Amino acid sequence: MKLIILENYSQASEWAAKYIRNRIVQFGPGPGRFFTLGLPTGLPRDHPESYHSFMWNNFFKHVDISPENVHILDGNAPDLQAECDAFEEKIKAAGGIELFVGGIGPDGHIAFNEPGSSLVSRTRVKTLAMDTILANARFFDGDLSKVPTMALTVGVGTVMDSREVMILITGAHKAFALYKAIEDGVNHMWTVSAFQQHPNTVFVCDEDATLELKVKTVKYFKGLMLVHNKLVEPLYSMKEMGAERSQSKKPYSD
Amino acid sequence: MPSNKSVSDAPIVQFTNCRILRDHQLQREDLWVREGKILNPEKLFFDEKGSADVQLDCKDSIIAPGFIDVQINGGFGVDFSLATDDFKSGIDLVSQKILSHGVTSFCPTLVTSPPSVYHQVLPQISVRNGGAYGAGILGAHLEGPFISKEKKGAHPEHCLRTFEAGAFQDLLATYGSLDCVQIVTLAPEMRRSSEVIQELTKRGICVSLGHSVANLSQAEEAVQHGATFITHLFNAMLPFHHRDPGIVGLLTSDKIPAGRRVFYGMISDGIHTNPAALRIAHRAHPKGLVLVTDAIAGMGLAPGRHTLGQQVVEIDGLNTYIAGTKTLSGSVATMDTCVRHFQEATGCSVETALEAASLHPAQLLGIEHKKGTLNYDSDADFLMLNDNLYVQATYIAGKEVWRQDVLGM
Repeated sequence: MKLIILENYSQASEWAAKYIRNRIVQFGPGPGRFFTLGLPTGLPRDHPESYHSFMWNNFFKHVDISPENVHILDGNAPDLQAECDAFEEKIKAAGGIELFVGGIGPDGHIAFNEPGSSLVSRTRVKTLAMDTILANARFFDGDLSKVPTMALTVGVGTVMDSREVMILITGAHKAFALYKAIEDGVNHMWTVSAFQQHPNTVFVCDEDATLELKVKTVKYFKGLMLVHNKLVEPLYSMKEMGAERSQSKKPYSD
Repeated sequence: MPSNKSVSDAPIVQFTNCRILRDHQLQREDLWVREGKILNPEKLFFDEKGSADVQLDCKDSIIAPGFIDVQINGGFGVDFSLATDDFKSGIDLVSQKILSHGVTSFCPTLVTSPPSVYHQVLPQISVRNGGAYGAGILGAHLEGPFISKEKKGAHPEHCLRTFEAGAFQDLLATYGSLDCVQIVTLAPEMRRSSEVIQELTKRGICVSLGHSVANLSQAEEAVQHGATFITHLFNAMLPFHHRDPGIVGLLTSDKIPAGRRVFYGMISDGIHTNPAALRIAHRAHPKGLVLVTDAIAGMGLAPGRHTLGQQVVEIDGLNTYIAGTKTLSGSVATMDTCVRHFQEATGCSVETALEAASLHPAQLLGIEHKKGTLNYDSDADFLMLNDNLYVQATYIAGKEVWRQDVLGM
């Protein structure tokens, strides 16, 4: 695992963005060679503040992605389990997820894999925990009765199959979950802990999120920042990559 | 990027690198247009899996809805109140020329005239969409002849009329036809005006109060019967008085029926209204302010003598008077000049200034679902402006109909 500790939310976001950019550029995507970016799912489709609107406004409208290359789990599908199975097939067809980017809940869940979810689970229908429903109430004018109680989600196993996993954790309210994820054992009550068994995981967090970690852990990883920052500097761009492809080094790994 | 639509084959244009006026704010967003309407890119992306056929870099321009001028008497030598043989080509000329002022829709205005003029001219005005040939025509604005003698301004006294005898029938007989009429300005203190206002409102015609000596209660009664506009506030009406504010008092009246808003036209050319008065009106009732030019035939031409219906007017710089007097008669200001002057005089935001010339007139005429905004599914009539609010390009139904020459024109 690489633990990247930045000072605050903006710096953590920026580091993560640069890292993802470099990964995409160095992968050298093109027609027929897809860089498959995995992201956790969210709210059902038919809500104005839906996940689709969220993704459009915060991501898709800013980049030149073709709509055919966007696959979002459809919470309104007639046969939900079939929808989930089809999603798993689409991932396989695209060559597997290259990089999965997600966050964790205060209860340590990844995507909607709430405490108690199997660590080898696949994409499926999940009933949401009360904590999650409360957290989502802000999208429904604070009216708890309007918040959906079920969601489709990628499984822990699905994410574990990705070639690389990046988890973003910011804020003091996530500190305990981060502690459970990396300093305690692998436990299905804190599903993020499953990534201790993944060969390529990056945790990007801010100072506040480290509040429950041992001082020793924090000092150790802060000491590695000089090396870790080489992953984001220099910042590559698609235009330059053509010339540099021949001289590209293998990305640093721990 | 290839387009991919099952809904329509029409090309999709994406205007990028711009700031668009939406939800009363300038937002850094792209503007998407298809088939002459503003397109919702999110629906296009997820529902149709479509994308843009053409992307245009707007070089950081401001994109605002096209201006709507609801009071313009002519321009470039054309006078809408003169029944000439080539009236149609006159209106076409004006509609084409005002594109460079940012006007994409307008109401050709007729001042007080003898019935024969109305009977000849009105059938030649037809409501039509704009395009490369010129701005769209929303309908005629008939300013007079049912106005007050004391406040006739530049209107010819011998043509003034009342509707005491036959109320609405008198009005209909005078005008001949109301088919393409969008606005009528009248003086509400005239006897039987309430009946007339109700009848006009029933037919979807906007009634405006102006050239009048009405007091506040008469004005309020007119509003209760359906009037929604005030023609060039302050001009040709009783001045504000603290014990009887007159028509000006409508801006803060508490007798306006619920759910209705009174709009008021302002000629912000720096001459018709002192900037301090403009500020008072704007601060009292900012959401009702509608910028109008009240432009006359001399607009766009060199100083000198021109006509305004039955009168002769003299133009000297921005001042236009009835020849030989100091009575103001219309203006030669252009709409974009009015927008800039309004913004400078009031210190309001760019968004407010732009909305006074686009959103508010659209709301006045009840057409804001398709004009006056950049909301999804609205008509794609818009302008590209620089930060100083100079129009760089005008678009109607998504097509460029005018562009500022770099060398100046």
